Amino acid sequence: MDESIGGKAVLLLEDGTVFHGKSAGKLGTTTGEICFNTGMTGYQEIFTDPSYFGQILVATNAHIGNYGIKSQEVESDSIKIAGFICKNFTNDYSRNLADESINDYFVREDLVAISDVDTRAIVKHIRDKGAMNAIISSEIFDLEELAKILSKVPSMKGLELASKVSTDQPYFLGESTASLRVAVYDFGVKRSILKCLVDRDCYLQVFPAQTPFEEVENWQPDGYFISNGPGDPEPMKYAVESTKKVLASNKPLFGICLGHQILGLASGVSTYKMHHGHRGINHPVKNMITGKCEITSQNHGFGVDPDSIRQLEDKIEVTHINLNDGSIEGMKIRDRDAFSVQYHPEASPGPHDARYLFDQFIQYMKIRKPEQVTDEQHS
Amino acid sequence: MPKDPTIKSVLIIGSGPIIIGQACEFDYSGTQASRSLREEGIEVTLINSNPATIMTDPVTADHIYLMPLTVESIRYILTERQIDAVLPTMGGQTALNLAIEAGEQGIWEKFNVKLIGVDLDAIELTENREKFRKLMVEIGMNVAPSFIANSFLEGKEAAQEIGFPLVIRPSYTLGGHGGGFVMHEKEFDEALRRGLDASPSHEVLVEKAVLGWKEFELELLRDSNDNVTIICTVENMDPMGIHTGDSITVAPAMTLSDTAFQRMRNDAIRMMRSLGNFAGGCNVQFALDPETEKLIAIEINPRVSRSSALASKATGYPIAKIAAKLAIGYTLDELKNQITKTTSAYFEPTLDYVIVKMPRWNFDKFYGSSHLLGLQMKSVGEVMAIGRNFLEALQKACQSQENNRMGLGADKKEWIRTQDILERLEKVSDDRIYRVKDALRLGVPRKSIQKLTQIDPWFIKQIKRLVDMEQVLQQRYNVAEDIPLDFFRDLKEVGYSDAQIAWLMRIKEEEVTKQRLKLGIKRTYKMVDTCAAEFEAATPYFYSTFDNENESIPSDKKKIIVLGSGPNRIGQGIEFDYCCVHGVLAIKEAGYEAIMINCNPETVSTDFDIADKLYFEPIFWEHIEEILNLEKPEGVIVQLGGQTALKLAAKFHEKGIKIFGTSYNSMDLAEDRGRFSDLLKDLGIPYPRYGVATDADEALRIANEVTYPVLVRPSYVLGGQRMRIVINDGELEHSVLGIFKHLPDHKVLIDQFLDRAKEAEIDAICDGTDVHIMGIMEHIEPAGIHSGDSSAVLPTYSLSKTAVDTMIEYTRRLAMALKTVGLINIQFAIKDDKVYVIEANPRASRTTPFIAKAYQVPYLNIATQIMIGSKKLSDFDIQKNLSGYAIKVPVFSFDKFPNVDKALGPEMKSTGEAIRFIEDLNDPFFREMDKRRSMYLTR
Repeated sequence: MDESIGGKAVLLLEDGTVFHGKSAGKLGTTTGEICFNTGMTGYQEIFTDPSYFGQILVATNAHIGNYGIKSQEVESDSIKIAGFICKNFTNDYSRNLADESINDYFVREDLVAISDVDTRAIVKHIRDKGAMNAIISSEIFDLEELAKILSKVPSMKGLELASKVSTDQPYFLGESTASLRVAVYDFGVKRSILKCLVDRDCYLQVFPAQTPFEEVENWQPDGYFISNGPGDPEPMKYAVESTKKVLASNKPLFGICLGHQILGLASGVSTYKMHHGHRGINHPVKNMITGKCEITSQNHGFGVDPDSIRQLEDKIEVTHINLNDGSIEGMKIRDRDAFSVQYHPEASPGPHDARYLFDQFIQYMKIRKPEQVTDEQHS
Repeated sequence: MPKDPTIKSVLIIGSGPIIIGQACEFDYSGTQASRSLREEGIEVTLINSNPATIMTDPVTADHIYLMPLTVESIRYILTERQIDAVLPTMGGQTALNLAIEAGEQGIWEKFNVKLIGVDLDAIELTENREKFRKLMVEIGMNVAPSFIANSFLEGKEAAQEIGFPLVIRPSYTLGGHGGGFVMHEKEFDEALRRGLDASPSHEVLVEKAVLGWKEFELELLRDSNDNVTIICTVENMDPMGIHTGDSITVAPAMTLSDTAFQRMRNDAIRMMRSLGNFAGGCNVQFALDPETEKLIAIEINPRVSRSSALASKATGYPIAKIAAKLAIGYTLDELKNQITKTTSAYFEPTLDYVIVKMPRWNFDKFYGSSHLLGLQMKSVGEVMAIGRNFLEALQKACQSQENNRMGLGADKKEWIRTQDILERLEKVSDDRIYRVKDALRLGVPRKSIQKLTQIDPWFIKQIKRLVDMEQVLQQRYNVAEDIPLDFFRDLKEVGYSDAQIAWLMRIKEEEVTKQRLKLGIKRTYKMVDTCAAEFEAATPYFYSTFDNENESIPSDKKKIIVLGSGPNRIGQGIEFDYCCVHGVLAIKEAGYEAIMINCNPETVSTDFDIADKLYFEPIFWEHIEEILNLEKPEGVIVQLGGQTALKLAAKFHEKGIKIFGTSYNSMDLAEDRGRFSDLLKDLGIPYPRYGVATDADEALRIANEVTYPVLVRPSYVLGGQRMRIVINDGELEHSVLGIFKHLPDHKVLIDQFLDRAKEAEIDAICDGTDVHIMGIMEHIEPAGIHSGDSSAVLPTYSLSKTAVDTMIEYTRRLAMALKTVGLINIQFAIKDDKVYVIEANPRASRTTPFIAKAYQVPYLNIATQIMIGSKKLSDFDIQKNLSGYAIKVPVFSFDKFPNVDKALGPEMKSTGEAIRFIEDLNDPFFREMDKRRSMYLTR
């Protein structure tokens, strides 16, 4: 058995709550904002989702690691979470298609983890007290020392993280002969979003977060995609500016998660930090246009403010709401082909119920570009 | 869409008597549905012939028809009542078939009754193997290659085309009846013939066998707006090839990646949508190739099922309750999550624990039948266990079985011969999971085990962890004090009972328990809340584990614990769950907090809103004791949960826990043959001559003293296990040796057999001062047939007044002498008008619910109030209401065991019962049964 598994490890929360458990992954110390995800499948997709950058993830599912790690089932090129907490760290895996065990992966990717803690108690704590910073260590056990390190970790509120996970250089994806061109603003985009677009016959250019709009516009895209990503949208003035310009250009725009919040800010809606966010693959959303419901994959700690959206009712239409807490899950700018959702229609992990939104985006772009689209090309 | 205003009155069809493949899960679904509809102000009418059900109780429905499940009965009800709609999806295949049959006769149309929650075309599609296959191909699903055969010749041709191994699946049958695997050509002809015979349409599907593929089940809910959610995903630990009802299953799926799961989810939704537009529950089964992760659709059932009952208990999401609301027009987004009460019912439950369902078999009751598991379901019940990890849940499941296992092995029941073990790994029977561990312990490579069993390596590796831990325990530590705290915790966290640890160390269980408590290793309780604690839950549904935080905070109310009856088995079934539920309701009524402990997922008693608090835990002393320590109840009720609960009475007594009602001493007195006979003698009550033997010589001597024919049986067993009537020394010796071989710890009881005697029984309630005779039943079959297999007529129909008066008098005398407080059942034999007492059971009996239903008296409520002392008999005005007679008719499941000996005798074999009301003794049904009596007499 790997040496890193089963040793001593400790988890300390910002409010002083301590949990003792066993070490897993790399031996070391890590900090971040603690959050929990209630999904029962898809741990690998979550580890690599750039939206989790800077966060320590608690998995509520009883066992993690059972089906190992498969190199293709990732949402970015590396692990993005800052640390990991679970009940049963299950390094013995079984899956024919898997490439390695979860611990080998963690060690290779330098991820510090703790297991055998009462994850349910942690979840209840976060549920009651709200999101907060935390530290995991399998090398330092002095709580005062840990507290000192933890005190230096900045709060997630007001933190701009998107540019840290965005691509350095623009890159292309898909066939250059594809019928539609989509410019992607990368604030930490998940691979499966790009795949959903490429699969729908789009040629993509993925731009670094802070690329000026004019540069992007030069490529003459048929539509703009504003991606998901980590951190607080509020300090992302550059993104809000670009999005305002996209809106002014009158081209179709689709935003997901952080992209949804940016579209909100660009349209005069304010955002807020949620008490403890929505993270899981079982969140109920109702489409207010069709009256149909969908089970969605979610991962967000910020949201768009319902009151401020209601004041802009003549300008913005609420298209989706969360059935659990009534929060805003989707909106459309009334006089534009610009829309966004707070949740993740690309899923991965999670249900595919909402993938029709990509089709809707394609539809908007096609309508504006009728001369190039024939029925044979799309079905 | 809100509720359909045109539906004001609904008929729910029940599933009838318990048979293998259709058990009390349908009482649970029917009861939920009925309560759910009544909540909406709908008048509910119920038809079911099974009297031992809560669904047919006045607490559940407005109008109850305890009638045979026939079109005639439906017509009768519709003539008598204004019914707007019928909900046939809550009563299994039986209810669906009846709905279809009534539909074919135009009954629904004639009475203008709407069918809700179902699409009959959809049912037809799923039951007709060929149509189902075609539809699947049409919607782009993979299916195993197959051919339909309507004749022997066509079947042979199909086999030639497909090759071996293959599967034969008869159309329109239940629980895999008549189907099976054919591994070799030489077995094919017989299997094909059996399949064709089993199908009512003389049609089978010959299909390529995907043996060893992983098997998964999804439980879906859909509303009339076509919104679909997946309530639960279940992984069968036993792969394709073993009926899911006979498989150990696990939730959530343990070895499924998100990519594979989402494909399955999409396919399941597509399959459900392809079946028309009905609102309700649905179960879809898939096989997954472990090599390539290719999926094959196996089956779809558009109704609630055994799996949905399990899924409801596993997740906390009450599928039947919600499905009933969907059937009357609600959509999922209009309903609330019943556990959190604040969030939406439209969501997918998420688990932060693991559940293991383990079937309960009763092969010892079916001599001559094959013990091998396959496509045809053979288990008679099941248990579910909840843990914070797979091993904990698995070991708790073993502890819930009530077959004297202390967990997964480590309880002196291990096998030690590698050859025997390997053979059992390949030929799957009820003990395979134990043999997997035995094999690992003996060093058989994991790969070989996997090859023989096709069980996913993940599960085998998990079990290997136990073997490794046991080795450490045995090699390093000699006494309980040696075990380091961390390792001790680890052992408990993976589900070891103190008894197992004790056995492994060859020390006493008390020493382990003492040291454990000294180290402060105690169980904590976690909530089943549908949402992994994301939202606050209002529902007190708990399981134990060894985690840090305890969520079950005892209230300051006075509490009473009711012990459930564990898994269904022959001799102890749904009737005891009926008793438990009423016990719980009566306790609540008396102002106490009612706490239920049970581990049977099919039951109403484990519904989260029956008791004030539910502990889904094994009826296993170590678990019970910790709940007692936490809750500190006023006491416990053991009279209602059959033999299971009663067996624990000694422990309660020993530990000074108050037993409500009849004292432990009286129960022991009734159970102890010697003391009981002495009591009968003192009371001047005749009883058959008897003796107790500890060896064969003694048995021979006693048999000759009491004179042949004699009844031979082991002491302290249920349902007449291994009970025989023998007529000479040779037979006696054979039988006695059999008992000592299989039940070495038991003594042998030898009773004089009263040949050609009549049998009768009385159920009564005693409050210590008065005795109330609930009912006197006369068995149609003569003495010698187990009372559970006898047809009992209420009241008596041929016994003389003297005999009846004598029975009543003996009952009074015995009930008072045993200081009974609560229920008592006494069995009599009557020969030449002389009344003998055969046995007395101071607890709820199998017939208690039957009498309560027949006389329409809430006897269980009355008995419970008396047990807990909140009322006396004189507080009740009991009005029996029965014209004519009621007959309790036993029902068997012999078709599941082709070669079994179907002859009835002293060992019980029936799986369920029906109630039948007759006006008088000229009733043709009764006359037919009475004729059978003469047949038994001449044998």
